[in-house]
Amino acid sequence: MTALLDRPWIWAWLAAIAAFAATAAIGQSQGIAGLLVAALTFSAFTTLVGLGQMFVITLGPGNIDLSIPATMTLAATLSLKFMGGAGALALPGFALALAIGLGAGLANYALIWLLRIPPIIATLAASFVYQSLAIWSNRGLRIKPPEILSDAMLGRTLGLPNVAYVALLLCGLAWVVLERARFGREVTAIGQNPRAARRVGIPVERVRCATYVLCAALAALAGFLLACFSGGAALNMGQEYLLSSIAVVVIGGSSIGGGRSNVPGVPAGALFLFLVVSMLNSYGLGAGVRLLLTGIIIVGIVALGARPRTAE
Amino acid sequence: MGHDDRAPARGTGGAVGATPIVRFEGTGRAFGAVRALHPSDFAVRPGECVALVGHNGAGKSTLVNLVNAVFPPSEGAVVYDLPPGAAPAGRSFEAGAVRARRAAGVRAVHQELSLAPNLSVLENLRIAQRDLAGRGWRRRASDRMRASLDAVFPGNRIPTRAVVGDLALAERQMVEIAMGFADGMEPARLVILDEPTSSLDASVAAQLVAHVRAFCASGGAAIFISHMMAEVFDIADRIAVMRDGRIVEDRPASAFTQRSLVAAMGHVAPEATAAARAAPSGPDILGADHGLSARAGEIVGLAGLAGHGQAEALSRLYLALSSDWRAAGAPRAAFVAGDRARDGLFPLWSIRRNVSAAGLGRLVRRGLVDRAAEAALARDWKARIGIRTDDLSAPILSLSGGNQQKVLFARALATGAPVVVMDDPMRGVDVGTKAQVYDIIRAEAGAGRTFLWYSTEMDEIRLCDRVFVYRNGRIGAELRGDAITGEAIVASSFEMEAEA
Amino acid sequence: MIPRIDIRLLLPVLSLALLLAAVFWLQPRAMSYLGLNLLFNLAVPVALATVAQMIVIMVGDIDLSMGAFVSFVACVTATLVVDTPALGYLALVAAILGYAALGALIQARRLPAIVVTLGMSFAWGGLAVLLLPSPGGSAPGWLRALMTAKPPLVPMAVLASVAIALVTHLVVMRSAFGVLLRGLGGNERSLGKAGWSPVLLRAAAYGLAGIFAVLAGMTLVGLSTAADANIALRYTLLSIAGVILGGGEFTGGRVSPVGAVVGALTLTLAGSFLSFLRLSPDWQIGAQGAILIVVLAARLLFARRRAR
Repeated sequence: MTALLDRPWIWAWLAAIAAFAATAAIGQSQGIAGLLVAALTFSAFTTLVGLGQMFVITLGPGNIDLSIPATMTLAATLSLKFMGGAGALALPGFALALAIGLGAGLANYALIWLLRIPPIIATLAASFVYQSLAIWSNRGLRIKPPEILSDAMLGRTLGLPNVAYVALLLCGLAWVVLERARFGREVTAIGQNPRAARRVGIPVERVRCATYVLCAALAALAGFLLACFSGGAALNMGQEYLLSSIAVVVIGGSSIGGGRSNVPGVPAGALFLFLVVSMLNSYGLGAGVRLLLTGIIIVGIVALGARPRTAE
Repeated sequence: MGHDDRAPARGTGGAVGATPIVRFEGTGRAFGAVRALHPSDFAVRPGECVALVGHNGAGKSTLVNLVNAVFPPSEGAVVYDLPPGAAPAGRSFEAGAVRARRAAGVRAVHQELSLAPNLSVLENLRIAQRDLAGRGWRRRASDRMRASLDAVFPGNRIPTRAVVGDLALAERQMVEIAMGFADGMEPARLVILDEPTSSLDASVAAQLVAHVRAFCASGGAAIFISHMMAEVFDIADRIAVMRDGRIVEDRPASAFTQRSLVAAMGHVAPEATAAARAAPSGPDILGADHGLSARAGEIVGLAGLAGHGQAEALSRLYLALSSDWRAAGAPRAAFVAGDRARDGLFPLWSIRRNVSAAGLGRLVRRGLVDRAAEAALARDWKARIGIRTDDLSAPILSLSGGNQQKVLFARALATGAPVVVMDDPMRGVDVGTKAQVYDIIRAEAGAGRTFLWYSTEMDEIRLCDRVFVYRNGRIGAELRGDAITGEAIVASSFEMEAEA
Repeated sequence: MIPRIDIRLLLPVLSLALLLAAVFWLQPRAMSYLGLNLLFNLAVPVALATVAQMIVIMVGDIDLSMGAFVSFVACVTATLVVDTPALGYLALVAAILGYAALGALIQARRLPAIVVTLGMSFAWGGLAVLLLPSPGGSAPGWLRALMTAKPPLVPMAVLASVAIALVTHLVVMRSAFGVLLRGLGGNERSLGKAGWSPVLLRAAAYGLAGIFAVLAGMTLVGLSTAADANIALRYTLLSIAGVILGGGEFTGGRVSPVGAVVGALTLTLAGSFLSFLRLSPDWQIGAQGAILIVVLAARLLFARRRAR
């Protein structure tokens, strides 16, 4: 039991469960099952981007990808435009979205590496450009996704939303990569001490590049799925994911200073974030109070959950 | 300012009757279950220069931290000699003891550099001295710093307005030492010097030794920690030996010989001269454009005064042998860091993961780390190099400094890389560990490995088959075999300095 | 004693001059009292917010709530300060103290500032919405008068920017107090060993940042005469970009107050420059990103040249 309580992610799960119970206790119109489905669906998207952000944050101080919303929007807009609602193009459209993610990740990293810019600024500057590209290509038109894709995204299997399975699968993969694979070991090493990582022969730049590409690809995937789910790409569709992608990583118990991360905390953080908002909603609170309480809860969790880093 | 009217009353040369500046009364300290310092009595009087020796983990740092009021004692008390009217009042330990320590004129120069690199030299003094505020504080800070720098290190050219981060490592250490002796509202009466010469070259270190002796002769006192025996005998008039959290001997320096001192620390002195070894012959297996070269199985030393380009040359060489982009299946070189925290340790990881970090490629099956093979590797090297721990999954930071250094050696040797690059790896390592590691290095070299060894210690340089002496960023001399003597190295290090 | 001009400052000043020259070339009429005032009008709040961000970055943190906080202050200024001045100013003082408390909390519990400020951005946003659910309010008369004042020879915006740079430089770079704050970013442990309280110092740094952020919100209302809960959201990113453009670094307490103000002016000018180019609005934001990239690339080339 104590071993379980030592896990950094356990608190996020407990908090998510508590928020679920508090919301369910109110008894909404959609009922407990409806709440569960909604929570799993919406937190699945946050989980996807959160996983990517987690790998980036693990790289160490200063590593944060602020281009996630823009990448999501760009991948969704361009791929939906390309498919034009034609089901036959679903697979190439999906590939296009991933390719855009790949390109965005490479571009982000190129800026970081070539210009030696702090990642926060590099991804921020790049995101402006992606956003412009999305605006230019879309011009306010809302193109519907192919029906086969929107059906798949809205559909359920065994009573649970399909998109939740996607998130679960990717969480499993991410766990293996972080905990067991060489790549995860290398990312964690860089996050703790980049100089030492270089001096034990880790190809630091390649690993960093791969991490930013991975993050952008996950963002593109999330954008693509979200657009299919919500019936089209919108220019502001990624907006809320800027803060939530970072928040879920930290609520999940990963160290913002890098070098120490865990996968199970990410979906827990995502569920918690969604459930807190729906809890406050179901208590009939206005937008102002809801925002205020969300903020206080995030700060409170971080303040209570933080284990002071001992220097000795 | 108290200093001048205080000094004559104290006399010189460790006056027994004088009030100790700091006194331990059965003072001890435990960290949880770990006993760092058994209750001890210890005192430093005006005019004394006390050397504190002992191997890593013997309790030196704990003792110094108690003197310096970094943490409170678990039992007993630390009593300072306070100037009249400076009765410190404070509810907390921080408010009370720290203020008393400062009022008593106790200052510390730390082993790890504790300057703020983004501030200038004079601004760093401001952090140490609270009275530097208000109108004209910059002028006063600069004057004090200038005076102290020139007093301790005559002829230095460190501007007080220079940003510390732009200074060389040796210069930073000089600044830190000068801060310890700088004039202030509470004049320095007891200066704690923890490995102060680790980054200084011989001539600058000699200036420091001279200044400390002059300081003590005029009524000041010093606690001096060093692993360099010669320096200890140069400077100290009393030596306190620590072992396993106890002060086992505390006698005048004249009562010790180098050999008896080492024996008191609990170690047999390593053989003065290494057994003769056939120098490897054969073609160079690596070379750098500035003339550095090495053969298979050779131990190549990089010597010279600190900060003359040895570390940089080594770093360049290693970085050229590895890549930012390609992961080598079999690494061509392995690196042993001297600055552990900066270049070596992964602080959040276990000992095991720290050992296996280099050359991870050999432990990977289909992209995944083979954890059984990893555990076997760590066990193997724990036994071979003698890492003192029961649990390889314990955090690396739970080890003492010397054992952390052994982990870094194990990491490099375990890679099987034909070339091992060592960046002054014995900094702050105790004598016993050193002897052990020297043996391992010689055995591995005998088996055909090449070692490139940057060292600031003459004893280590003498273990090398060939030595390149650096001067002003270039190789000034190449010495082989019997020609590797302390005199030859010093001569080649200084040659051009004299001309310049 | 002549203050040394940090070499770090050269590039930000150069890029500002270059951009200014480009604007004048495109629109010669901008080269006048009125033109300059128009160009730099919005620079004052941006510069204040950038300085606030710089102080937080200086102590090794980053403030992702800057935009939300400035918006909140703007809402307070446009409502409470106008309607019930006593209560309004009290609220602003409380907000500054709140900022200082956050700094203390971050230090005492060793929290990641990114996350705490991220959370606080929700909280400030919520408070702003509670105060002003829909855009509105009005500017206090004296503030409006101050921001629209027309001093002789030099436009208000330029004068104010110079004053901000000067005051910040004195406080942060020259005063004995500023040394402690920079020391906190450079080597927190040595401050602790010297007997300073890192908790109090971080609280002081955040409090100081809070003061500048409050001034940013107030001057913004003085210019816009109204507020809404989202009025300054982009200030978070603008202020970070301004600090970096001005030669600041994310870690180690290496910042330049004058550079930060210059960086803020450059960013403001970039906006005007793009509108002079008659760029399609689609590309405006992208071009801003591109300008940021170009300036940073120039900085790199510059640094390389110096290193040689």
